[in-house]
Amino acid sequence: MSITNDFEYYCPSSLDETVKLLEQLGEQAALLAGGTDLIVNIKDDLESPSAVIDIKRVSELRGLDIDKDKLFIGAKTTFTDILDSSVIKDNYLLLWESARAVASVGIRNRATLVGNICSAVPCMDSAPALLCYDAIVHTVSKTGKRDIPINDWFIAPRKTARKADELVVGVTVPLPSQKNSGCYIKLGRYGGEDLAQAGLGILIRADLEYRIAFTAVGPIPIRAQKIEELLKGKEIDQDLLKQAKELVAEEISPITDIRSTREYREHICRVMFERGLIVCQQRMNGEIINTVRILGG
Amino acid sequence: MKEITFILNNEKRSVQVEPSETLLEVLRDKMGLKSPKCGCDRGDCGACVVLLNGKSVRSCLVLAIETAGMEIMTLEGISAKNLNALQEAFIAFNSFQCGYCAPGIIITVTELLTKNPKPDLEEIKEVLSGNLCRCTGYKPIFDAILDVTGKEVK
Ligand SMILES: Cc1cc2nc3c(=O)[nH]c(=O)nc-3n(C[C@@H](O)[C@@H](O)[C@H](O)COP(=O)(O)OP(=O)(O)OC[C@H]3O[C@@H](n4cnc5c(N)ncnc54)[C@H](O)[C@@H]3O)c2cc1C
Ligand code: FES
Ligand code: FES
Repeated sequence: MSITNDFEYYCPSSLDETVKLLEQLGEQAALLAGGTDLIVNIKDDLESPSAVIDIKRVSELRGLDIDKDKLFIGAKTTFTDILDSSVIKDNYLLLWESARAVASVGIRNRATLVGNICSAVPCMDSAPALLCYDAIVHTVSKTGKRDIPINDWFIAPRKTARKADELVVGVTVPLPSQKNSGCYIKLGRYGGEDLAQAGLGILIRADLEYRIAFTAVGPIPIRAQKIEELLKGKEIDQDLLKQAKELVAEEISPITDIRSTREYREHICRVMFERGLIVCQQRMNGEIINTVRILGG
Repeated sequence: MKEITFILNNEKRSVQVEPSETLLEVLRDKMGLKSPKCGCDRGDCGACVVLLNGKSVRSCLVLAIETAGMEIMTLEGISAKNLNALQEAFIAFNSFQCGYCAPGIIITVTELLTKNPKPDLEEIKEVLSGNLCRCTGYKPIFDAILDVTGKEVK
């Protein structure tokens, strides 16, 4: 299927130039990073921009930048870049596992994490990690810069806090201040390129703070606040786990679609939650756990 | 139309493209390279995979105009002189039937072997999880790759 929509192609080399183009072209323009969503959307006529602004040659836009207490994921960072970083694997395992859950190599070599959160389709894999780490999204436009907490970023399916003339320059992910462990669990029908029917990120800290976020089981990815409150400060025993599992259905609002039913998604979220918590505890104790087949397969 | 220049299979080439043309269309229709195939045209099947600056990408999701100044390698470039060891192994193990998936799979595995010359079966399966093959059931494909990396084929 050829692209039938004609557009002008711009390839700015500086941030200034990009911001000016965005101001001039406004809603007519689409930013192009890896193109794994944009090109599909244009082919499907979901989007028909009259201008496409390729940001891959903007010199100021960075890839990854790793600091002592935080990580900066620039707009040019692909999921492959994240997977290739041993610092991320060692210190931000939840984020690393989410990157591994995205499609397959040929997609991950192009797809950016920033593009993933800008598209904001409900089944995106990168959101639970960013929500659990309390990431901050940085934007720039003609009118200035904004730092937006990830909790305020997702507004509705495919809708974010980004204004039409804003460019996302990157995302900051703070390193948790305490010893911690985490995991990401995704239910797809097969390994490789299936979108999540349900996704769950968990981050637990040595001071017994629990962060839990779901994706694909509601209009936007969310933190499970009731469960987090219930667990806070407590060691988990059978009784507490049972109570927490009962709250899962209250936190999520899955729909029935071609990939699975609402009831099944609720059920599997409880299973994922229980297995995920166990993995986090094992990892906290220094065990090396592979989660690839955690839901069987 | 705009003229772009890239390095295609180790040769500098120029071509006129529309911004809306994909790399897959330009390679097949304007450069005469028929190894990248169009299966799904939306990133799902892997039949169109080529190497772009050394990395495997789905050419159906890349605009040709984006690749100005970049290096592109297709199966034609890899086997310009003779078939390589990987291709010989695919023949020896009867790894294809219709062959539609073959170029994408060989390119994807070429990238894998550059990154990691001794992958185990799990890694091979993970890397090929986005390359669909309708015919073989994958076993002869995995066997050929294991053989070429010196692993015992069971
Ligand atoms: C076959 C296939 C399988 C997939 N499987 C998965 C999966 O398993 N899990 C998953 O989460 N996703 C999956 N995806 C979607 C995933 O590839 C995308 O969401 C990707 O991360 C988007 O990044 P990109 O760089 O390709 O963005 P693009 O497609 O270039 O852009 C996406 C959107 O973000 C905007 N944008 C990009 N960069 C910026 C910026 N810096 N500032 C402002 N706006 C910007 C663009 O204008 C566009 O609207 C899949 C896609 C395909 C084609
Ligand atoms: S044709 Fe490109 S992935 Fe199927
Ligand atoms: S051999 Fe026919 S699709 Fe793989």
